Amino acid sequence: MTAYWAILSARFRMLLQYRAAALAGLFCQVIFGLIAIMVYEAFYASTERRPPMTFSQLVGYVWLGQAMLGMLPWRPDGEVQGIIRSGAVAYELLRPMDLYSLWYSRAVALRVAPTLLRAAPMFLLAMFGLPLLGLGEWALTAPASWAAAGAWIVAMAAALLLSCAVTMLINISLIPSAGSDGVSIVLMAAVTFFSGMVIPLPLFPDWLRPLLEATPFAGLMDTPFRLYTGHYPPSATMELIVRQLLWTLALILLGRWLLACSMRKLVIQGG
Amino acid sequence: MALIVVENLVKTFKVAQRQPGLWGAVRGLVRRQHRSVRALGGISFAIEPGELVGYIGPNGAGKSTTVKILSGILVPTSGSCTVGGRVPWKERIAHVQRLGVVFGQRTQLWWDLPVIESFDLLAAIYRVPRADYLQIRDEMIDLLDLGPLLDTPVRQLSLGQRMRCDLAAALLHRPEVLFLDEPTIGLDAVSKLAVRQFVKTLSRDRGVTVILTTHDMDDIEALCSRVMVIGQGRILSDGSLEALRRSVTSERRLIVDLVNEGDGVSDPDALVVEHTGRRVELSFDPQLISPAELIARVTAKHAIRDLFVENPPIEKIIAQLYGRLESSSQP
Repeated sequence: MTAYWAILSARFRMLLQYRAAALAGLFCQVIFGLIAIMVYEAFYASTERRPPMTFSQLVGYVWLGQAMLGMLPWRPDGEVQGIIRSGAVAYELLRPMDLYSLWYSRAVALRVAPTLLRAAPMFLLAMFGLPLLGLGEWALTAPASWAAAGAWIVAMAAALLLSCAVTMLINISLIPSAGSDGVSIVLMAAVTFFSGMVIPLPLFPDWLRPLLEATPFAGLMDTPFRLYTGHYPPSATMELIVRQLLWTLALILLGRWLLACSMRKLVIQGG
Repeated sequence: MALIVVENLVKTFKVAQRQPGLWGAVRGLVRRQHRSVRALGGISFAIEPGELVGYIGPNGAGKSTTVKILSGILVPTSGSCTVGGRVPWKERIAHVQRLGVVFGQRTQLWWDLPVIESFDLLAAIYRVPRADYLQIRDEMIDLLDLGPLLDTPVRQLSLGQRMRCDLAAALLHRPEVLFLDEPTIGLDAVSKLAVRQFVKTLSRDRGVTVILTTHDMDDIEALCSRVMVIGQGRILSDGSLEALRRSVTSERRLIVDLVNEGDGVSDPDALVVEHTGRRVELSFDPQLISPAELIARVTAKHAIRDLFVENPPIEKIIAQLYGRLESSSQP
């Protein structure tokens, strides 16, 4: 266990060095968030039907999405991609460690470090900065209740485990093609769309929504955000988190199986 | 009992054939043709604990494939292989715990971390107890003179410095078996000597079993009591360097520096292979004529300033062996 922890913390410390990237990302995400909110505001103003979520819930959903973007497994682990491409995967296999767990602990650091760097300033800006600018309508409000806050935190932790399991699938998909993006691009599109990152899942039509909510990707963003904003009642927490964890388990088992298959066929090129 | 036993090891790779041109690329999408490439055609050998074995062969001969199978990172097509009683690819984790590997062309250190942090991380990965780790780390720092490098990020090290750090890194968990894959590639003369000296010490004082693959014959001459030559997936020769030399050629060279530039040297039992200025190089077979007699004859006929006898350089012997291999494989 200590070995995996050592890998995680070394990677974590390395990633924390990228502060300028975090700042640039933050700026970009604020703009994205504002544009999304303005578009939704126009829609909300022109609709006659009662929207499926309140404007304040929608604004919360958008800002949480921007704050937690670092957790979205929308790209492979660059380090692992490099390792596969260069053949340094040989050294990975020379460690007395389980390869899946080794890469999984790297993924945890990869998802947590940038999120920590970005989420805090994003929250401050969206919660307190916008009202100061007179944009209170567009601001992120506090969680719907104490219960909602607690449920959100637990669901975020489960989302992290799930996110790393998805990252692993993307990583493993790189092995047969020696590190070039192929299957991973399809996975990335699926992740961004089905997690609710493009359009919040509650806004989809009633016939489609249950299907979207059933995919593993809903647990990445949609589930915790709806718990935070109170769109899901806190009483649903247990069921939602069990669903996230079951998907995590299923994807980990799938990933382990795929990794074992590709390791049997692995050819490490070069001397 | 032998530490490493390899029996009849075969590895065949399936390579997708690509047709040339655009049309070929399109056809390749629909139907692919595969070609089998035999990297290892049934090799066998045994290595005793504490041996320092050189493993040489031309590019593409199967050296790296063997090392990868022995490391447990490649599964052979058939044949058996055990290291310390374990089958590497079946018990990979237990196996690599007692194995150290250095690939000269890659590094196992973390590119962005200072060297010392890479060492700490490796100690954690191999679960080396703290006290043991500190002891071996300081020994390695001492032996390889790493003191001034410890706080430098790996990306800023020169190749020679990096190689010394990589050697230390591979030994922190006190492996019993060490695979060195071209550890002197690209190094300057001083770094090469440092690496050789270190490997020698390691083998002599610690009894580490070492398999060394290299293209640098000086590495082999300086270090290895035993040399295995592989070519086209087969072991061509296995024994001491002297035996290898004898098996390829018994030729010796007599080099003579004459007093007068115009003189020539000739002898019925020797062949002039080179004549430049005052220096004449004669090739002879010591079984036909003893070196002493040849020298006596030459000095009797010519005014000589200096002379010496030498073996043909190991490079030439190996080149001759590889050359034979190629001509024998042609139909």
